[in-house]
Amino acid sequence: MSALVVAEHFDNNLNPATLSAISAAQASGTEVDVLVAGSGCGAVAKTVAAVDGISKVLLAESDSYAHPLAEDIAPLIVKLASDYSHVFAPATTTGKNIMPRVAALLDVAQISDIIGVESTDTFLRPIYAGNVIATVRSSDPIKVITVRGTAFAAASSQGDSADIETVNATELTGLSTFIRADITESDRPELTSAEIVVSGGRGMGNADNFTLLEEIADKLGAAIGASRAAVDAGFVPNDYQVGQTGKVVAPKLYIAVGISGAIQHLAGMKDSQVIVAINKDEEAPIFQVSNYGIVGDLFEVLPQLSAELDKLES
Amino acid sequence: MKILVCVKRVVDYNVKVRPKADGSGVETANVKMSMNPFDEIAVEESVRLKEAGSAEEIVAVSMGVPQCQDTIRTALAMGADRGILVETDAELQPLAVAKLMKAIVEKENPQLVFLGKQAIDDDANQTGQMLAALLGWSQGTFSSKVTVTDELVEVAREVDAGTEILSLKLPAVITTDLRLNEPRYVKLPNIMKAKKKPLDKMTPEDLGVDVSPRLSVLRVAEPAQREAGIKVADAAELVDKLRNEAQVI
Repeated sequence: MSALVVAEHFDNNLNPATLSAISAAQASGTEVDVLVAGSGCGAVAKTVAAVDGISKVLLAESDSYAHPLAEDIAPLIVKLASDYSHVFAPATTTGKNIMPRVAALLDVAQISDIIGVESTDTFLRPIYAGNVIATVRSSDPIKVITVRGTAFAAASSQGDSADIETVNATELTGLSTFIRADITESDRPELTSAEIVVSGGRGMGNADNFTLLEEIADKLGAAIGASRAAVDAGFVPNDYQVGQTGKVVAPKLYIAVGISGAIQHLAGMKDSQVIVAINKDEEAPIFQVSNYGIVGDLFEVLPQLSAELDKLES
Repeated sequence: MKILVCVKRVVDYNVKVRPKADGSGVETANVKMSMNPFDEIAVEESVRLKEAGSAEEIVAVSMGVPQCQDTIRTALAMGADRGILVETDAELQPLAVAKLMKAIVEKENPQLVFLGKQAIDDDANQTGQMLAALLGWSQGTFSSKVTVTDELVEVAREVDAGTEILSLKLPAVITTDLRLNEPRYVKLPNIMKAKKKPLDKMTPEDLGVDVSPRLSVLRVAEPAQREAGIKVADAAELVDKLRNEAQVI
């Protein structure tokens, strides 16, 4: 048995969620090859080749893979998949977009967003916003799987260099065209891999008040997240959303500010190591999952917290 | 153009589900059921396209037990023109739903199919992409803006890094994200009118689709629960605890 892991990368940087997908593949007891598809992405292939326990790297380069359009990438993965018992990808928006298309073309089920591996054909995955964990067994000849990055440690990158093998690109389908991407620019760490996350909810009141969180985040080297309510209200862009249908994070420290703690939000952060809640409503459900809670007005607590952090630094 | 919109009957989003005592599934007896919230957004977008003159007819499709009719009636009350129910007591997994939808698409010949990006029960996020694959169509998943022109549809997609804009050739499958629109409240006169709108019924056998599940659920269980922690008096105590007790800063 062997697995193909589909690497995710942007601007010649490997998305670390790929390393978690590699770990999940290795936990499934298979040999692991990694596919790097893109345009001018040889550097990514080299990065992947140095990951521990990789058998080989398949490199498919074409201008048509410059943006990972599902219609064009899926046929490539399908073509390669016949040599494998498993195909893994990170459960990012890219993986979620492409992999079901791959599964359907292979006439197999997809196992979405796994958080555990029981055996080569049996996996754990959250359903109902993580309120229930299902153990599912696949009877398909090829298992197509997306992997929740926070549930698997990243494979380490000090291994021997695996061989890089070039594979032919598939033909462009022309079904869809990339126009542009509006990327949120930030010097802060990436939300899903940050060690500390500071999130704001409806209680922040407006977009300007998020500067209070930014101040805290910068002192802690943290990423900034948000609840759905804060995103819907237009306080911050959609890529800040933590929850069932947004991003799933599991940092060392998660600070929830003005977030009541709806189950849809908890689904995205309840595996954090330490959770802090700051909320004026002492009945807010967020306090049921938090290690430390402050009942109080966030507009008073945040400046105090900022001052206390300054004392630490000095 | 004609639009097909897929609607799923799911446990209402306000209900906290629990596993059955024997771990064979989740408790759904006497639990409130509603239309999947993402599918409501899909119906709303379809109706808005019709109101803007871009679409002539909207067909709402649901699959499963007879009570899925209620979900279709809700879509009809929101403004869909007619409904199709694929009736079965069998468990339907995303690949089976995509195959049933493909068979219906081949009968109905729509230019656009709208689905919610995921159902809030199984959280699979697969059916739209699978349908697009089986039809050989373009796909615009997790959409936050949809603009239809003659031959193309431009879709803004919510992605991890921000927003991505794609141009899709029609016909296309589009899955809806939270911020595409805000679904309307259904008014009572429209609920009454919806009862008179046509609703066809068929079975997976009628459509010639094998819906056998590919995944078997061995068991379901509650995840490990977190214990509620302590309340601290102020920011100074919090920072002290985080540094000296939890050792995370």
